[in-house]
Amino acid sequence: MNDLIDDPEIGLNDPEFSVSEISVAIKRIIEGEFSHVRIKGEIGRVSFPRSGHLYLDLKDNKSVISAVIWNAGASRLQIWPEEGLEVVATGRITTFGGQSKYQLVVEDIKPAGVGALMAMLEKRKAMLAAEGLFDETHKKSIPYLPEIIGVITSPSGAVIRDILHRLRDRFPSKVLIWPVAVQGDKCALDVAAAIAGFNALTIGGAVPRPDLLIVARGGGSLEDLWGFNEEIVARATAASDIPLISAVGHESDTTLIDFVSDKRAPTPTAAAELAVPVRHELLAWAETQSVRIRRAMSNHLITRLQRLQDLGRVLPKPDALFIYERQKLDHTSERLPAALVALVQKQKMNIYDVSGTLHASFVRSKVDSAASCYGLIEPRLKSALDRSVNLRKTELKRLSSRLVPRLVDRKVNDGKEAFKQAAKSLSTASNQYVASLKDRLTGLQRLRETLGYKATLNRGYTVVRSGDGVITTTKEAKSAEVLEIEFSDGRLSVLGKSKATKKSATPSLDQGSLF
Amino acid sequence: MTQTLVDEMSFEDAMRELEQVVSDLERGDVALELSIKLYERGAELKKRCETKLKEAEEKVAAITIDSSGKLGMKPVEGL
Repeated sequence: MNDLIDDPEIGLNDPEFSVSEISVAIKRIIEGEFSHVRIKGEIGRVSFPRSGHLYLDLKDNKSVISAVIWNAGASRLQIWPEEGLEVVATGRITTFGGQSKYQLVVEDIKPAGVGALMAMLEKRKAMLAAEGLFDETHKKSIPYLPEIIGVITSPSGAVIRDILHRLRDRFPSKVLIWPVAVQGDKCALDVAAAIAGFNALTIGGAVPRPDLLIVARGGGSLEDLWGFNEEIVARATAASDIPLISAVGHESDTTLIDFVSDKRAPTPTAAAELAVPVRHELLAWAETQSVRIRRAMSNHLITRLQRLQDLGRVLPKPDALFIYERQKLDHTSERLPAALVALVQKQKMNIYDVSGTLHASFVRSKVDSAASCYGLIEPRLKSALDRSVNLRKTELKRLSSRLVPRLVDRKVNDGKEAFKQAAKSLSTASNQYVASLKDRLTGLQRLRETLGYKATLNRGYTVVRSGDGVITTTKEAKSAEVLEIEFSDGRLSVLGKSKATKKSATPSLDQGSLF
Repeated sequence: MTQTLVDEMSFEDAMRELEQVVSDLERGDVALELSIKLYERGAELKKRCETKLKEAEEKVAAITIDSSGKLGMKPVEGL
């Protein structure tokens, strides 16, 4: 065959392809050979154009292969492709002749084992933690008694039933369920949208805004729960203004949402328990408060009553306040009669002092002296008169011899008349003086009797006498041989020879012992 | 002591204040007039708490979203 072809250049006899021919040939070979492949690699750059298709790179340390997930396939994905995730992609290689390119059309994409998934989760966690999404300061407190509880979960299945049952047992509440897919690729988007949707509601609107959210899902494999590990769920949870309880999987399962939520419940049932208190316990509590209030109030009153009584007891009695003054009054009033008596006594002494000088003899001597004076004057008056008469008789005789008798007679008569007049006025003056002295004497005598001790005897006092002396001390009484007690109506002998009772008119001046 | 209208108080607020009233009253050093006020306030708060507890009822509804994206509610029964 070589001889027939006169062509010195080697290979010149190779068939020629047009570009399209070779493109188609390549396409046929590649797509035929790689119509179903599984490729393990790390996800590189991912882009989500508006078309809904999903473009990404799969790479290892040397090579890169472009991959596409058509939008129909994207919704069936179990996990959300994420840069850095080690995956095993299943699909076929297609070529794109127009650009001399080939790519992997992904039908399914799975994490390259649990380890890869966990490694990615750890990376994500570290990133969100660095952003502060897990900070305790961001966590809101759960309302004690929520008015409306929003539950984000599957509308069918055990989870919502468990939650409603437990709520019913504890505290029947208003519940709004936001149905979501709890696994598969829609899960993360649904949950994130539901959280944002509840937050967008207005309080008291046609669809009322809950004041507590519960995001719940039952137990499952790591892949089943993966939606709750997605970043969009974590970010929606962090952005929620409504306090949120996460309850995903069983107690041992921890998903990313649990780090961001305000409270993590180990199970959906436990979430219901965290959400509401137990009504009958609160009713009992309210009753207890009521009892405590009543008891405290009654203690208040009892304490005050006791204090009042205590104070009342220590308060001095009204009588006691005046006891010293009363005593003083008693003492003073006891001393009053004695003081009065002493005063009378003192006055009496004064009277004795005055009346002591006033004796009958004194008065009599005054009268006598007046009388003797009168006696002395009277004879002298008579002789003087006689002398004067004789003198005048002589003179008369001498003159009568030379005077007419009628004239003389008249003179005589005049003289006689004058004499009578003088004698009469003398007598009257003398009598008046004597009478006035007598009146004064009588007055003094009356005063003396009134003030004398006799009157005292009438009031019950007595005078103890021994003979003529007055006994004023017990010493004197003991030594006395004779003792007499003088009463108002006489004397009574109590010792010695009785003496004839005699009313004494001369009391002793020393009668202090009477009082 | 805040004089919020008791009838407008949330259960939690009423509960918190009631506990405060009780502990104030139990402290024993409040003046008599104040203790009477506390007593009356406590009685109102307790009544409010009980009302809130007794009016509780279960109502369950699910969110619906129509084709235009508008939200609605439909009652859920039998769960």
